Amino acid sequence: MQTLQRTPLHARHAALGARLVPFAGWEMPVQYEGVIAEHRAVRTDCGVFDVSHMGELQVEGPRAHELLQGLLSNDLDRVGVGDAQYTLLTNERGGVVDDLVVYRLEPFRYLLIVNASNRETDFAWIKQREVRGSDVRDTSEECALLAVQGPRTLERLGLPPGKAFTWLEAEVGGIECLVGRTGYTGEEGVELLAPADDAERLWDTVLAAGATPCGLGARDTLRLEVCYPLHGNDITPETDAISAGLGWACALGKNFTGVEELRRVREEGPRQKLAAFVMEERAIPRAGMPVLEGGEVTSGTLSPTLDVGIGLGYVPSQHAAPDGSITIDVRGRERRARVVRKPIYKREEREAIAGG
Amino acid sequence: MPAAESYPDGLKYHREHDWARIEGDEATLGITWFAVDALGELVHYEPPREGATIAKDSPYGEVESVKAVSDVVAPLSGEVVEVNATVVEAPETVNDDPYGEGWLIRIRLTEPTEVDDLLDVEAYRSFLGEQ
Repeated sequence: MQTLQRTPLHARHAALGARLVPFAGWEMPVQYEGVIAEHRAVRTDCGVFDVSHMGELQVEGPRAHELLQGLLSNDLDRVGVGDAQYTLLTNERGGVVDDLVVYRLEPFRYLLIVNASNRETDFAWIKQREVRGSDVRDTSEECALLAVQGPRTLERLGLPPGKAFTWLEAEVGGIECLVGRTGYTGEEGVELLAPADDAERLWDTVLAAGATPCGLGARDTLRLEVCYPLHGNDITPETDAISAGLGWACALGKNFTGVEELRRVREEGPRQKLAAFVMEERAIPRAGMPVLEGGEVTSGTLSPTLDVGIGLGYVPSQHAAPDGSITIDVRGRERRARVVRKPIYKREEREAIAGG
Repeated sequence: MPAAESYPDGLKYHREHDWARIEGDEATLGITWFAVDALGELVHYEPPREGATIAKDSPYGEVESVKAVSDVVAPLSGEVVEVNATVVEAPETVNDDPYGEGWLIRIRLTEPTEVDDLLDVEAYRSFLGEQ
């Protein structure tokens, strides 16, 4: 059995009484007080997630841009120093090797924040394709990453407002951080990248500012309400980016790995699409459940905000349009669901829900 | 408020972390604090139908937290005479009061001698100690 890796904040999680579970080779907090309370903290105020298990790859050199532009699906020409971008590492079949956020740190230096479970694959993938004048390094061990998310995040951390998908250098509690205006919850918020040695001090500062510690359980319910795909569930090397609804992150006018296949899928139209759905009967969809019209659920949960079962799943394209009806096989019971436009939860609805 | 850990005297316990309150030829069934704590906040209860028969050691329903689904195993055999509608509507009732308002079903016993196979509170506590 492989020993689980621990983030620099492991002792802090244990001291808070977190329930720790294995995740992607790491021992991670799935919840502290409870998933629903943590979820609500992020939707209404501010929560903090230790996401130090995620990978940080740096690519630098005068040809770093050229290398990444040929490997990543989104258009890197639109990313200036100070910007960040959601993008995909794709294979020859247009499948998704990983989804990630690329930050342009300097004209010739990029930071890629990648999924924990794909860190080695991504690193090897890029390393094998390195060209003279580009250098890839895995700096994950040196980094701690905290996602601080929720409508009161900036106020609580004393950070200036900024545009989504930008970053700046700022001090939080006296610790120099790369502050990315990014996240995985659909709320305002930041991701703080800091040296691993400063992780505990940064965590303590963020908690003292009033953030609620949140685990991977709430991270999953939050992202699913806003239909952000989870790599390994909703998107994989076997599922293409167009069918997954990620065409907006694919610059099909440029050349990158798998672009011909993705152009073909767009041209012909995908046979299956990743659809968002809401249960119309009392039931909670789960990954792997069959959809009777074809396809299967790839993610499912109870939505803590809406208090109904919600999910994502691949269904035949003719069933993927909003307002269509599908049937989920919930452990042998047929339960009706309605396909909805993404995201399932929209931020503007917060007041209505809070008031209702 | 989630209940504090407790295992009342006078109940019978099953190793799958169920409890039974025997009342003549009927029994009220539920899940123990240990099971509730392991699951976290319950958000769904899939009960059996009233009138259905359930068999000792076999699943008769499901409880779900945000993250996980768990079968509820019958500690005794019988016919379902009542499903707790409060828990169907508000599954978190089980977290708040697992041995009271959070009961799951009432059954009429079809094999009353099975009660002898269940654990008393001392035996269940020492079973938990071995987990």
